[in-house]
Amino acid sequence: MDNIIIIAIIALGGLGLISAVILYFIASKFKVFEDPKIDEVEEALPSANCGACSFPGCRSFAEATVKSAKENKNIEGLFCPVGGNDVMQKVGELLGLDVEVQDPMIAVIKCNGTFNNSPAKIKYEGASSCAFAHALFTGEGGCQYGCLGHGDCVDACDFDAIHMSPETGLPVVNDKCTACGACVEACPRDIIELRKKGPKYRRIFVSCVNKEKGGPAKKNCSVACIGCGKCEKVCNFDAITITSFLAYIDFKKCTLCRKCVEVCPTDAIWEVNFKPRKPKPLTPEGSVARKPAPVRKNDDLLVTATEEKPEIISKTEDNPNA
Amino acid sequence: MGVFKTFVLGGIHPEENKLSSNAPIEIVPVPGQAIIPLGQNLGAPAKPVVKKGDKVKTGQLIAEAGGFISANIHSPVSGTVLKIDNVVDMTGFRRPGLVIKTDGDEWDENIDRSDELVTEINYTSQEIIEKIKQAGLVGMGGATFPTYVKLMPPPGKKAEYVIINGVECEPYLTGDHRLMLEKGPEIVVGAKILMKALKVDKAIIGIESNKQDAINLMTELTNKEEDITVIPLTVKYPQGGEKQLIKATVNREVPSGKLPIEVGCVVQNVGTAFAVYEAVQKNKPLFERVVTVTGKSVKKPSNFLARIGTPISKLVEIAEGMPEDTGKVIGGGPMMGKALPSLEVPVVKGSSGVLLMRDKESHRKPESACIRCSKCTIVCPMGLEPFLLARVSKLGRYDLAGNEKIMDCIECGSCQYTCPANIPLLDYLRLGKNKVGNIMRNRKK
Repeated sequence: MDNIIIIAIIALGGLGLISAVILYFIASKFKVFEDPKIDEVEEALPSANCGACSFPGCRSFAEATVKSAKENKNIEGLFCPVGGNDVMQKVGELLGLDVEVQDPMIAVIKCNGTFNNSPAKIKYEGASSCAFAHALFTGEGGCQYGCLGHGDCVDACDFDAIHMSPETGLPVVNDKCTACGACVEACPRDIIELRKKGPKYRRIFVSCVNKEKGGPAKKNCSVACIGCGKCEKVCNFDAITITSFLAYIDFKKCTLCRKCVEVCPTDAIWEVNFKPRKPKPLTPEGSVARKPAPVRKNDDLLVTATEEKPEIISKTEDNPNA
Repeated sequence: MGVFKTFVLGGIHPEENKLSSNAPIEIVPVPGQAIIPLGQNLGAPAKPVVKKGDKVKTGQLIAEAGGFISANIHSPVSGTVLKIDNVVDMTGFRRPGLVIKTDGDEWDENIDRSDELVTEINYTSQEIIEKIKQAGLVGMGGATFPTYVKLMPPPGKKAEYVIINGVECEPYLTGDHRLMLEKGPEIVVGAKILMKALKVDKAIIGIESNKQDAINLMTELTNKEEDITVIPLTVKYPQGGEKQLIKATVNREVPSGKLPIEVGCVVQNVGTAFAVYEAVQKNKPLFERVVTVTGKSVKKPSNFLARIGTPISKLVEIAEGMPEDTGKVIGGGPMMGKALPSLEVPVVKGSSGVLLMRDKESHRKPESACIRCSKCTIVCPMGLEPFLLARVSKLGRYDLAGNEKIMDCIECGSCQYTCPANIPLLDYLRLGKNKVGNIMRNRKK
């Protein structure tokens, strides 16, 4: 009886030993050389595997970075938007290369078709999916360019950075945004854009993507860009272009002077995270003193400074009601 | 009378509600202005050939085909081109289109406006196809596939049957039924023209047995024609689908992902057959069509012969106004139609009907969880598994949806109709089909 156990132990142990020796030799013979730097770079990356860098995951980004560093002596065009400049700096140190500092970006919702601004005309009862609703109809407010409000962008976000606001029916981006671009791709109406985060998170953008002329655009939404061109004229830096009745502010050229915000007749241009402006001195005769621009913080729910309507102010005393 | 033929797989029996089947086709007065979207057919939208301010006559070419799968558009009214701009189309989207202000009703000289029946076909196959192409004919059943493309089988394929689709399986709609009753002889000539164009010697007219008067009339008209057979069919939705009709009439099955020409069949709607007759024998391009305006509360459910570009509101007005309890207006039939965003949308080449649904019947019931009853699978006429396809589409697994043959879905809506859990299966199927189609097209490039 004892014999059998001993034989079994010797036989199996011997077999295991022989296999181990064979495997050891095969492994060393056919070893694939892998740069240890790949592991180091991967370690430095955020491991979100979100695909924002256009690679399938952090590992393949690390491989591509090390390969590029080896072959071209630079890692131009490779950037981890989630990790941002800090992580890229670390990667650069590991590879002994200088990394260009890039402006941090954030996803910006370019639609302000809230329940008030674009009241619902059509009732929708279908599946709750923007992609489907987009193929079927214009949207409850009637604007065929505006946000549908079913939250495909929320589903796409891996970072809990975008949420639907129940008050406005529009998505809201918070500080967690890493500019990975998943929501940009998910939006069937191309409303979301990645824009520069800006100094002190300040940014100015056109919160509308309506390509219609003034009349049809205003019919469905009171804050639509009507393509009047006032902002284009007032901009001293050629940052604003108007194509098919829609203004676009180039964030690379914009100096955040806020002139365009003042002239916009429909409040389509937004300034975010700026301090509220001082009340202006009386405007010239007959012109309209505009209501102060709404104070907007980090794309959160907009807070209007005052709810008063614009009033006509005249300097002449004999005609106070002019 | 024995048991009628029908297709085998699935199918449902919705309430027929053919309220307007006794209402003769009424001619709608020419509208004050016609709104003509340029994308009225499946495929590429047409390109306008007139300028703003041009005078046009009824039947004059105003936009030409923008590609191989595309169709010409002719002016439905005579008058002045008011603008070439974005106009509201059937879905409520503002897309390129024309607006023509009506001034009298002067027809193009080439159009033969007499009622005389011309039975002699003096054209060759090529000439017929060219005429149909010039007249801008599209499938009148609702899919709006350009007709001339169907008449040109790809090399190596030979058509054996022309199947004229007089099934009209959609509940409520009666346009095709009335057309068969009133324009029967013309439809028979249209079928002969199609046979000549395709060089085939067999034609079948499939009619569901709930239209006994049409079956009788068409049988009588085709008594002397040995090569045209009228086949009565059991009432079952979606028998009007091409693949289902082929299975029901000639008992052939179209392979997955292939066109009916694969099994030697070309299916055309009776409306198309009538339009073919008018285009070839009377030189009349497609600028008017039969539209059913119906609904349970509508005072006068009617069938109209309306010009393309007539606002739907005008048709509703003639049908004695919109009932107060209207909850939803649907363009097309209740099964496959889409809700209209407003009554100001125009009649287009694919408008088969306007259904004014009562408020109480127009709402969707709240969705609950799938109970795996497999009713959707049983009724699917294509043999698919709608619950699975909807699930994978919802989860974004379009690769799986593609493997499970989502592209074979004919969007008939039987699954959603029958679902006891009220799951919007068709919504997800359409979404998945759209996405998978895009992926496949991109892959081909």
